[in-house]
Amino acid sequence: MNSDPSPISRRHALKGLFGSAAGAAAVPVLAAPRETEPAPPAHPTRFVFHDPDFMQPLKFPWEKLLSAEELATTQALADLILPKDETSPAASEVGVPDFINEWVSADYPAHQEDRETIRGGLGWLNTESFKRFSGRFEELGVDQQSAIADDICGAAQVKPEHHVGAVFFKRFRQLCVGGYYSHSKTWKSLGYVGNISLGGPYPGVLPEVIEKLGLQDVV
Amino acid sequence: MPVLTERKTQPQYDVIVVGSGAGGGMAAMILALNGVKVLMIEAGRNYEPVKETPMFHTPEMAPLRGAATPDRPFGFYDSNIGGWQVPGEPYTNKQGTEGDFWWWRARMLGGRTNHWGRISLRFGEFDFKPKARDGLGVDWPMNYEDMAPWYDRVEQLIGVYGENDGIANAPHSSPGVLMPPPKPRVGELLAKKSGRKIGVPVVAAHRAVMSQPLDWKNLPKVLFPNNPKAQEILGKDMMSRAACFWATNCIRGCSIRANFQSTTVLLPPALATGNLDIITDAMVREVVLDGSGKATGVHYIDKVTRRDAIAKARVVILAASTCETSRILMNSKSRDKAGLANSSGQVGRNLMDSVGTRLGAHIPAMEDLPPMNEDGAGGLHTYVPWWLVHDHAKLGFARGYHIEMGGGRQMPEAKSFGYLDSTSPGVYGRKLKDEARRYYGAQFGFSGRGEMLPNKDCYSELDPHVVDQWGIPVLRFHWKWSDHEIKQAEHMQQTFAAMIEGMGGKAKPLSGADAIQRPGEIIHEVGTARMGDKAAESVTNQYCQTWDVKNLFLMDGSVLPSNPDKNPTLTILALAWRSSEWLMEEMKRGNV
Repeated sequence: MNSDPSPISRRHALKGLFGSAAGAAAVPVLAAPRETEPAPPAHPTRFVFHDPDFMQPLKFPWEKLLSAEELATTQALADLILPKDETSPAASEVGVPDFINEWVSADYPAHQEDRETIRGGLGWLNTESFKRFSGRFEELGVDQQSAIADDICGAAQVKPEHHVGAVFFKRFRQLCVGGYYSHSKTWKSLGYVGNISLGGPYPGVLPEVIEKLGLQDVV
Repeated sequence: MPVLTERKTQPQYDVIVVGSGAGGGMAAMILALNGVKVLMIEAGRNYEPVKETPMFHTPEMAPLRGAATPDRPFGFYDSNIGGWQVPGEPYTNKQGTEGDFWWWRARMLGGRTNHWGRISLRFGEFDFKPKARDGLGVDWPMNYEDMAPWYDRVEQLIGVYGENDGIANAPHSSPGVLMPPPKPRVGELLAKKSGRKIGVPVVAAHRAVMSQPLDWKNLPKVLFPNNPKAQEILGKDMMSRAACFWATNCIRGCSIRANFQSTTVLLPPALATGNLDIITDAMVREVVLDGSGKATGVHYIDKVTRRDAIAKARVVILAASTCETSRILMNSKSRDKAGLANSSGQVGRNLMDSVGTRLGAHIPAMEDLPPMNEDGAGGLHTYVPWWLVHDHAKLGFARGYHIEMGGGRQMPEAKSFGYLDSTSPGVYGRKLKDEARRYYGAQFGFSGRGEMLPNKDCYSELDPHVVDQWGIPVLRFHWKWSDHEIKQAEHMQQTFAAMIEGMGGKAKPLSGADAIQRPGEIIHEVGTARMGDKAAESVTNQYCQTWDVKNLFLMDGSVLPSNPDKNPTLTILALAWRSSEWLMEEMKRGNV
């Protein structure tokens, strides 16, 4: 968070006014014949991040900035990091590339930093692919992709010339994992079994877990 | 439809209530159930939790997978409209402040009761007389015995789970008042076991969540013994509230009305009486007085039409939230430049938040457990009441804190997986999935909520240069923690570290100065118009009536003379109920 609310408030004040104007323009013209101007919007500043209407489909409010080529590289790397397995889908099957596109396109300072890291890193990755294997990253085989990933994933000492790639990979992996497991289709495989209503009292901890952890005396 | 969508108020009401949260909602309900004609004025929009709550929405249905942003700091699905920044409604911090105050606002019907953690702890006997114990701060004008019956009533009305634990200064509810608490989750049991080794008592939390249906047949008679109409209305309303179904976080709001929100518990029965009108999107600017100094109503800005308007009543109750209430007083300058009801000079002073710090860790014992549904009551099942209430002389700080806790198998979110950076650096591919499964649910952490002392450096005043988009002068804050708070924060960190070590984790506690969260960040700000015994030293008497204006009452956190570690909502509810009953007696006696 910004440490000084006052300048940010002024920016928000402007944003609020713009939101208000846009909101008024969006009200369909259904005025009664004798009315001379449309009724003011019910919610003067209903920007989706200030006051979402949860009962409507929730749209991402900004232009998504990654190009088709950047998204293709994003998808290839996301699926390398989180491939399909027996119990769970690949990253691209649960919208991870689109999530990363949203993430780097959001109009907040932290996201703008990520935009530079991710965009620059995708470029770096394609140049590295071109130098080593004469193609874009998404055109390489999994072995070739892995050869590059191994140099930047941080498992071993990162060479100075791979530094940019390593910074990018770390942040990309974080976003990839966050986008992946925040999709409900991955939850069963992960072991999250909530978000369902239960009748009666809350069941508490499984007896075998209580025994395994020696918690009998605190139940 | 008593929510005034036509924006036409009646010419005169018995009582105007400014604000619709815990204090305003309670006052309006008690008054309306007793036949008093009430107008409620809310600065935010109308909000209907039964229709609007995204109960089972999953992150992929939201922009950015629902992650927290500066605009929605508690995540996209948090019910709050507003936050630490409200578009067009700025505030400032005064030069020389030692920490910028963050002012949280809720611009919606029900106010911040839609968002809160539902933690409902009674203030205890020592909390009402703190100065008598340690010579610091001020005492309340009443004691715990005066408040106990009102706490019982509130708990019975809203539904609170918890247990009586026999811990000093953590009062017992009367028998049968509390609902049974849900069983602890695995991390909470590990914490309990760890706490036993070091003398830290982990007991059932007290939260305003119904773990079973309300006794709708009997409770209305207990709560409103001589009021058949209130009994009928409340009986019907209580019958329609469902018990918790152990899913979804309470801060989203609750469409089955299992937890307490003003909008689900107080306003429906109040509206059912036909005695309550509500106007939303209406921002009160000042209290209007007649020539004799009596309040005649309030001046507000209709945010929809951007017109100024005045509403009139015999009595005005401000319950606009701690800082907004004192802002209205300071902006009501018709008689005195210092602001209304401020002959004591205490309006805006004695601003307090809770002291907050947190510490979490990876707990290896929680790895690789079989999947369990740990959603539970949408918040904590266990907590630690302040257990060293007799040890302050050797601790080096004057007041206590309680410990909240959480972790385990919560709904996975975009920012939930930071721990893989430390557990699994450099891993990708199928192995990364294996490690995510192994470590998911093995994070657990503690948060402290401590009492700060009121001090002369923590206050709010009008900014002479800035107005909001409605033309109303804004608040300017000044803040400075004392050593009591910093040392308390340090003690929290040491305690959390010991708890984590006892659970088998590795903890990295911070110093008190580094760990303490920002002023206003805990969103427990109270004070700024404290109650007291004497008009010279306080703004209201023990019934929230301002000393200077007999028909002006303040029924929110602003009147709290101290800020015990126990989150303030339950006490605001109890004070508002007690004060509203007293107000009605005074109206009958012709004194108001």
